[in-house]
Amino acid sequence: MTEPAHRPRTDVPFYAGLLVLGGIYVVLLAGLLLADASYTTPPQLWAALQSAEIRYAIWLSLWSCTLSAFLSLLVAVPIGYLMSRHRFRGRALVDGLLDIPIVLPPLVVGLSLLILFHTFWGRWLEDAFKLLLSWLGIRRIRAITYDLPAVILAQFSVAAAFAVRTLRVTFDQISPRREQVALTLGCNRAQAFWRVALPEARRGLLTAFTLAWARSLGEFGPILIFAGATRMRTEVLSTTVFLELSVGNLEAAVAVSLLMIVAALAVLLLVRHLGSERNLAKVVEP
Amino acid sequence: MIAVEQLAIRQGAFRLDDVSLTVPTGQYAVLMGRTGSGKTTVLEAIAGLRRIHHGRVLLAGRDVTREKPGGRNIGYVPQDGALFTSMTVRDNLGFALAIRRWPRERIAARVRELADLLGIAPLLDRPARGLSGGEAQRLALGRALAAHPPVLLLDEPLSALDEDTRNDMYALLKSVRDRTGVTALHVTHSPTDAERLADVVFRLRDGKITS
Repeated sequence: MTEPAHRPRTDVPFYAGLLVLGGIYVVLLAGLLLADASYTTPPQLWAALQSAEIRYAIWLSLWSCTLSAFLSLLVAVPIGYLMSRHRFRGRALVDGLLDIPIVLPPLVVGLSLLILFHTFWGRWLEDAFKLLLSWLGIRRIRAITYDLPAVILAQFSVAAAFAVRTLRVTFDQISPRREQVALTLGCNRAQAFWRVALPEARRGLLTAFTLAWARSLGEFGPILIFAGATRMRTEVLSTTVFLELSVGNLEAAVAVSLLMIVAALAVLLLVRHLGSERNLAKVVEP
Repeated sequence: MIAVEQLAIRQGAFRLDDVSLTVPTGQYAVLMGRTGSGKTTVLEAIAGLRRIHHGRVLLAGRDVTREKPGGRNIGYVPQDGALFTSMTVRDNLGFALAIRRWPRERIAARVRELADLLGIAPLLDRPARGLSGGEAQRLALGRALAAHPPVLLLDEPLSALDEDTRNDMYALLKSVRDRTGVTALHVTHSPTDAERLADVVFRLRDGKITS
């Protein structure tokens, strides 16, 4: 006797479930953006842009996030590579340590930075930095804490942890086999890294940079505690939102929020575009 | 010549003791063994990619036991090709020569020569990603041969290829051996590879070599 032919049941409920559950979140995000956009008017946006304080905050946010993102890559590449390629004593401990900025409330990171710079070595570093500034004849920056370096340091402390995670995964996904082949072809470790591993990791580098940049733009707690909220000095866009809200200027706060959304979207889209397979291929195909 | 003398490797629970083999100059040797027998480990030890516990490795008459992989003057073709996918076919072929700081014209001439030998001249300006299995293995072979190494080490180079491509590769590997006089050690689990290519066959079983 033959078994009756089996026919699988319909796929509709499965996809309906995926769409409904996933759709809830997408609708929530779109709703947030639309609500912000409907709350403000072009004249209000324009007025916000006319304010010297807000213009300063935009400018400071843009360059401090970019600098923090570069600094993050500078430490994330070696850490990500070492953690991915080498087994060493205390590796689990280092691994846990690297996750601290991700799990810790950002406010605590700021407080810890402040305390660090109140220790003997922290003060020593700050004094040395001040000496360096005066020696270089820089007057615009006067110290680390409550000044521009504190903004960068606060952003970097958190953003770098995300860049490290990203690059660790990136190097994990690149087979060490290619570097081994490079070694047999005459490379030393450094040449194998620069010529083979790093170019293979370029997508991960872009992702890590974007993530660090976006994370820096959203940083607020550590900056407030460690760098303060001095207008025309350490005020970044997230600080502006807080300052405007605290004086009851909801329109300006929303306008600045919208600016941040636009800036973040622009950076994300730009990096996606640069990082697309087609554009990356241009690097290879002259 | 490829000679391994009383090689011992320890790695966690895995260990190989007292492995010895000699491939005379110009011969094509095939090392056979089951999955997990340690044949790849032996090859990697010869290439300098794996720390050895005891023993000696001699290549082309030179003791290279303490030498880094890059100083052993070998060509190494891994199983999956492991092409440099961020580069073109041309840059893959010229990689070892660029590292050796050959002048540009000499590199170009050698790359052209290799591309003709391997039949991949039309692919030179293509990115190395997206090549077919046979093309990728030809390129991996060419990249390994570029700097005229006296020793060629191949790790299951044909295992991922279909029947027709594999037949082409047998012919190609034979012509490479005849034209370059390279001494080769080819690791595989395929008896056909051994029948079609080998001058000498070694078997690795229970950590011991028999020939």
